[in-house]
Amino acid sequence: MKFLRDFLDKQKPHFTKGGRFEKLHSTFDAFETFLFVPNKVTSSGAHIRDAIDMKRTMIVVVLSLIPALLFGIWNVGYQYYASHGMAYDFWPIIGFGLLKVLPILVVSYVVGLAIEFAFAQSRGHEVNEGFLVSGILIPLVMPPDVPLWMVALATAFAVIIGKEVFGGTGMNILNPALTARAFMFFAYPSEMSGDKIWIAEKADAFSGATPLGHLLVNEVDKLPTNLSMFMGTIPGSIGETSTLAIILGGLILVITGVGSLRIILSVVAGGIGMGLLFNLWGANEYMNIPAYQHLLMGGFAFGAVFMATDPVTAAQTAKGKLIYGFLIGVMAILIRVFNPAYPEGMMLAILLMNVFAPLIDHYVVQANIKKRLKRVKAAVV
Amino acid sequence: MSNVIKIKKGLNINLIGEAEKNLKELSTDQYAIKPIDFIGVFPKMLVKEGEAVQAGTPIFVDKYRENIIFCSPVSGVIKEIKRGPKRMLLEVKITADGKDEAIDFGAENPKKLTREAVIDKLLKSGIWPFIRQRPYSVIANPDDTPKAIFISAFDTAPLAPDIDFVVNGNNKDFQTGIDALSILTKGNIHLNLDAGVAHSSVFTNAKGVVINQFSGPHPTGNVGVQISRIDPINKGDIVWYLYPQDVLTIGRLFSKGIVDASRIIALTGSEVLQPAYYKTKIGVNIEALIYNNTTDVNKRLISGNVLTGDKLELDGYVGFYHTQVTVIPEGDYYEFLGWGLPGFKKFSVSRTFPAFMFKNRKYRLDTNYHGGLRAYVMTGEFEKVFPFDIYPLQLIKAILIEDIDLMENLGIYEVDEEDFALCEVVDTSKTEIQSIVRKGLDLMRKEMS
Repeated sequence: MKFLRDFLDKQKPHFTKGGRFEKLHSTFDAFETFLFVPNKVTSSGAHIRDAIDMKRTMIVVVLSLIPALLFGIWNVGYQYYASHGMAYDFWPIIGFGLLKVLPILVVSYVVGLAIEFAFAQSRGHEVNEGFLVSGILIPLVMPPDVPLWMVALATAFAVIIGKEVFGGTGMNILNPALTARAFMFFAYPSEMSGDKIWIAEKADAFSGATPLGHLLVNEVDKLPTNLSMFMGTIPGSIGETSTLAIILGGLILVITGVGSLRIILSVVAGGIGMGLLFNLWGANEYMNIPAYQHLLMGGFAFGAVFMATDPVTAAQTAKGKLIYGFLIGVMAILIRVFNPAYPEGMMLAILLMNVFAPLIDHYVVQANIKKRLKRVKAAVV
Repeated sequence: MSNVIKIKKGLNINLIGEAEKNLKELSTDQYAIKPIDFIGVFPKMLVKEGEAVQAGTPIFVDKYRENIIFCSPVSGVIKEIKRGPKRMLLEVKITADGKDEAIDFGAENPKKLTREAVIDKLLKSGIWPFIRQRPYSVIANPDDTPKAIFISAFDTAPLAPDIDFVVNGNNKDFQTGIDALSILTKGNIHLNLDAGVAHSSVFTNAKGVVINQFSGPHPTGNVGVQISRIDPINKGDIVWYLYPQDVLTIGRLFSKGIVDASRIIALTGSEVLQPAYYKTKIGVNIEALIYNNTTDVNKRLISGNVLTGDKLELDGYVGFYHTQVTVIPEGDYYEFLGWGLPGFKKFSVSRTFPAFMFKNRKYRLDTNYHGGLRAYVMTGEFEKVFPFDIYPLQLIKAILIEDIDLMENLGIYEVDEEDFALCEVVDTSKTEIQSIVRKGLDLMRKEMS
């Protein structure tokens, strides 16, 4: 790799202050640090540092999303062939899936990264790696038949309004990927709901409703089997259908410690708790479905593992994370069952709790402060 | 013996290059006192270059607290007064004459002295600066009466010297030092020991102290952690602290009447050929210390340990408060796709590297950042290595926005920058947490005075 290093060293002066391409400094820096971990050494404070950095962290998250992405590609193809009642083989399925999913992925990355680079440059920052994750999350929460211009618009909205106006990575209040999803949901409701969109180029005669779609109209008998919902061979957003693939990704997140197990478990606990509560109530058939089934349907598992655990928008204190996660689980099921206009409660629940996370943290921290003040009083008396 | 206080959070970083327990004499004639070692002190010079000094001759005083005097550790000649940018005093270099002449402050039994007399003697001899206070970690104010005095008799930092070995055989001086200190406070003198190891009789036989036992990973040896478990600092409280070798120096002042600046310094680190303990004096020249005893690679010389020490150039001098010198490789290299490779040999607390599977491995770590500066993204990292009932990230952010009330409420009085050293090591965002905390402490001190 010496020639590459030499090449970069040669080009570097052009991109530093006073160089010809001074304005592209952040861009150069992003590519340089992508290729090589920098040679910067400590000058104050601790002389040794942990090998982990933001790139390593984000790449682990991207890795954890790969199972869901791969399964999504397969499932998009599979649903297409199944809806047409055609015979299918593995490679044509993958081929069709790639044809549908890759363009969405590329559009999301290109639009998002372009905006990120521009903002980093104008602020004089290094480019943050956060969008490496958002850029793959956005396609995974899109329906497979979404028009590409909508993806571009939603991504731009999410990055600019969802993140950069608050100061960029680390400062945002709402999860950027969910902001993109919510933007689509509210800006283009007809394109983002109904039975048509969840299977790419669906044959008209085929139903194509998602499990939540069935439940919405009280068709409990038409629910797919638990096994197919767990495996993910059902219509839905690209990455959300397979609980198995999501669990695989979740394992990567939890084992590496990048994702908070605390949040994931408390979301699940909240969801099951609410499901059980509805079982007790049992006013309609929706309320009567077993609580665990809620975890298999819609974006619940995907949201719990990949969206709720976003460290920037989640609660930051250990106790806060428990409350935050539990309320997400509760809210998601509550919205899902009670509000027919919004079948996908998970998205709204997470966004809502994103907004409340700082408040939750505030009370947790205040409790710590009160404890300290109490100690002062005890010492005085 | 009292109960063992167990501390769970923290991290021991195992490095190569622990000092062997053999004590060597180091003879050199180059020493220096560095005003920059003393936080919050504005030095006013009392000597000129070329002037002859004895051990105990005042070199400079604090401009704002003129009773706090800093003295020469050796007898000899002022070689150079080195200044930095804006004429900041960096080093007062002294060439020792080898005669070991010392000013006689008079040998006395501290038990028979008044509090004023003890303080006066410590101030005049320039030994007072060893006594520091929490909050702020600055030299104690002689007008204060602390609620307690803490002595941490073990060090948990990477490659830290074994203090039991260092003090061994100095029972008398240590006891005399404790006797002097006990006059300074109405509260207890807490002598904190590492549970589970055999201790020097210097500590176990000490009278007039409360012995506390601690067990746990670094930063358990930090006096701040110990204070927080035994007698936490509230607003307005003052606790004084010092270290066993400082107590010996105080003891010798009273038993011999002179400033005996002897120090045992551990020379450690992966780039030291024969890590060992050296008997020398405060402010010894580092070139003399490491002479012919290091590898040929580009090295980082550290006065202190790898977490909190100061970077030294080859002609630098060991800090006033330091009893350890660490030499590790510099990390000024590029690493191709380093963030993506498995990284089997890398050190990381996070489980994104395989390091977590090799708990007992010892590392040869360098000074590379392993990444670039970022905004705070990850949460819950610091809490794992920060054994205080304080929210570290929230406190750091309060300091960054200079919110005095919030800093106070979040417990800034209880911490010191060294307590955040591990947070700095594990920080994914590569921020300079120790200097942020220092700024916060300086700001608080300014606001509260």
